[in-house]
Amino acid sequence: MTSMVLEVHDLIIKRDGRAILNVDHLQVHQGEVLAVIGPNGAGKSTLLLALSRLLNPDSGQILFKGQQLASHDELAYRRQIGLVLQAPLLLDGSVFDNVAKGLRFRGLPRGEVNQGVKKWLKKLGIDHLQKRAAHKLSGGEAQRVSLARAFAIQPQVLLLDEPFSALDAPTRSRLLEDFQALLAATAVTTIFVTHDLDEALFLGDRVAVLLDGQLRQVGPPQDVFSAPTDPAVAEFVGVETVIAGRVVTSQAGQIGIQANGYHLEAIGKVETGQDVFVCLRPEDITLLPCVEDGASDPSPKSSARNRLAGRILRFKPQGPLVKVVIDCGFPLVALVTRTSAQEMGLTEGTPVYASFKASALHLISR
Amino acid sequence: MELIWEGIREAFFLLVSGDPEVWEITLLSLRVSGLATALSLLIGLPLGTWLAMGRFTGRKFSISLVNTGMALPPVVVGLWVSIFLWRSGPLGGLGLIYTPTAIVIAQTIIAAPMVTGLTAAALQQLDPRLRLQLLGLGASHTQMILALWREARLPLLAALMAGFGAVISEVGASMMVGGNIRHQTRVLTTATVMETGRGEFATAIALGFILLLLAYLVNLTLTWIQQRETS
Repeated sequence: MTSMVLEVHDLIIKRDGRAILNVDHLQVHQGEVLAVIGPNGAGKSTLLLALSRLLNPDSGQILFKGQQLASHDELAYRRQIGLVLQAPLLLDGSVFDNVAKGLRFRGLPRGEVNQGVKKWLKKLGIDHLQKRAAHKLSGGEAQRVSLARAFAIQPQVLLLDEPFSALDAPTRSRLLEDFQALLAATAVTTIFVTHDLDEALFLGDRVAVLLDGQLRQVGPPQDVFSAPTDPAVAEFVGVETVIAGRVVTSQAGQIGIQANGYHLEAIGKVETGQDVFVCLRPEDITLLPCVEDGASDPSPKSSARNRLAGRILRFKPQGPLVKVVIDCGFPLVALVTRTSAQEMGLTEGTPVYASFKASALHLISR
Repeated sequence: MELIWEGIREAFFLLVSGDPEVWEITLLSLRVSGLATALSLLIGLPLGTWLAMGRFTGRKFSISLVNTGMALPPVVVGLWVSIFLWRSGPLGGLGLIYTPTAIVIAQTIIAAPMVTGLTAAALQQLDPRLRLQLLGLGASHTQMILALWREARLPLLAALMAGFGAVISEVGASMMVGGNIRHQTRVLTTATVMETGRGEFATAIALGFILLLLAYLVNLTLTWIQQRETS
C-alpha cells in the first residue's frame, strides 16, 4: 500500500464571498502522477496554489504526510515542493543562474549548486544553453529551464500548472515525452493541472475532473474517460452525446433502454425502471448511407446492436477528421475521417444511419 | 553680450584655479544631496515595495498620495521644515535650523516620495506571478523581495537618479531651512541665487556650470551601471 503524501478534506476557497473551490476529499499517493483536468476557470490553479501554501483556504484541511499543512513551518513546507507555472517566468540572468536559484535560496554550498544545476540541465537536454541569457531562449527552451529549475531542488511534490499549454505542437510533444521519462525516473509525486485531455491521458496515473470548483470524479484515466460518473464530466471528457432514458429490460447483463423514442441496447448491470443518462463517444459511432425514401434499411447486417436514422445537421472539421452532428430527434455527434465524409458524399441534410455497438454505450444513473 | 562672455571667462578661471570656497560649496552640496538621496532610498525602497505588494484597505489612496508627493514644491517643504525646526517650533529644541542637517531633512522629504512612487511603479510592472514563482522555488519573503528588486533594478536606478536630480537642483528648501550661511550652509543652488542677486554673473555662471557638471557625472555613473545591465 502506498503512503499518502497529500490529503485534502472539505477545502473551501472563496473569492468575493463566492466559493471558487470546494473539494470534499482528495488523496495524492506517494510517487503517483495525478492529472487535474477541467475547463478554464474551474479552479485548477487555485487548488494548486492552495496545495503550494501560496493561498490560504477559507476552511478545510490539507494534510502533508498526515500532518496538517498549517502545523508545518511555511518556508520549510514550500522548500519541499517544486512549482512550475504556465509561463516559464525566468529571471533576468543566465540559464545556469535560473536553474541554480532554488538551490541558492536553500543556502546550499557552491559545489552542490553547480553539481545539481549541471545534472538537471543535462537531463533536460539544455546543458549547451547554460551560459545563454534567459530572455534569449525560445518558448520550449524556456520551459525546459523552468522544469530543470523545479527538478533541481529535488522536491517531495511537484506541482505543475499547464506548463505545456503555450508551446507549439511539435515542441510540446517532444517536451511531454522527455517530461514523462523524467517523472518515471524520479518517481516524484506530481500534481499536474491541465485542460488538455491528451496530456492528462499521457501523463496521469490517475485523473481528477474539476468542474465549477468541485471535484466530480477521480480515478484511473480509462475509468474517467470511458465511464464518467455524471453528464458534466461526460461532456468535458469528450462524450458528446448524452441523452436521458429509462431501462426497460435488463437480463443477463444485456439492457434495453427507451430514450427519445428509440430502443437502445447496452451492456451493464442496471435494474429495470432505472432512469439513466446514456453516454456515447463520437468516435464509437459508424455512419452508414441511407436511402432517401427511408422505406427500408438497405445497409448490411452488422454486429452493432444500435442503429438510428437521422439527417446531418452540420459539419465541423477537426484536422483530418470531421465532427458530424446528426439530428436523430436529438443531436448525435459522430467523428469520421474527411475521406469517409467525401466518399459517402455527406452534406448537410443528407439522411444517414448512425450505428454503434451495445458496449459503446455508457450508462449513468439519474 | 559682453557680460555673458566675461562671465564665462571668469567661470572657466574659477573652475581651473580651484577656488577654495567654490570647492567647499561643491563638496557640501554633494554631501547634503548625497545623504538626502541615500535616506530617501532607505525610506522609499521598503515603502514603495510595501505599496506595490501589500494588500490593504486604502492602498490606492496611499499610492495617489505618494504620487502627489512626487510633485511636492520645495518651497512648501522648506516652509514646513522651517516651522518645525524654528526655535519656537515643535522641534526647535534640537537647534537644527540653518544647519546642513536641516537641508538634508528637507531634501529627504522632497526625494522620498519620488523614490517611493517610482519603486512602487517599478515593482508593479513586474509579472505578478513572479512572486508566486519565487515563493514556489522556496524563497523566503526577504529572498523574494531581494529577487524582485534585482529584476526591477533598472527602473529602481532610474528612481535613484530622479531623486538625486530633484534634490541637487532644488533651491527653495535649502535657502529657507539652511539660510545660505557662508562656510556653513551655502550650497551650489543657493550660492548661484545669491551671486545672481548681487550682479556677480561670472561667479553665478561658474557655480551653475559646476552644478550641471556634478549632476551629469553622478547620472553618468548611474546610467553606465544601468545600461551595462541591458547590454
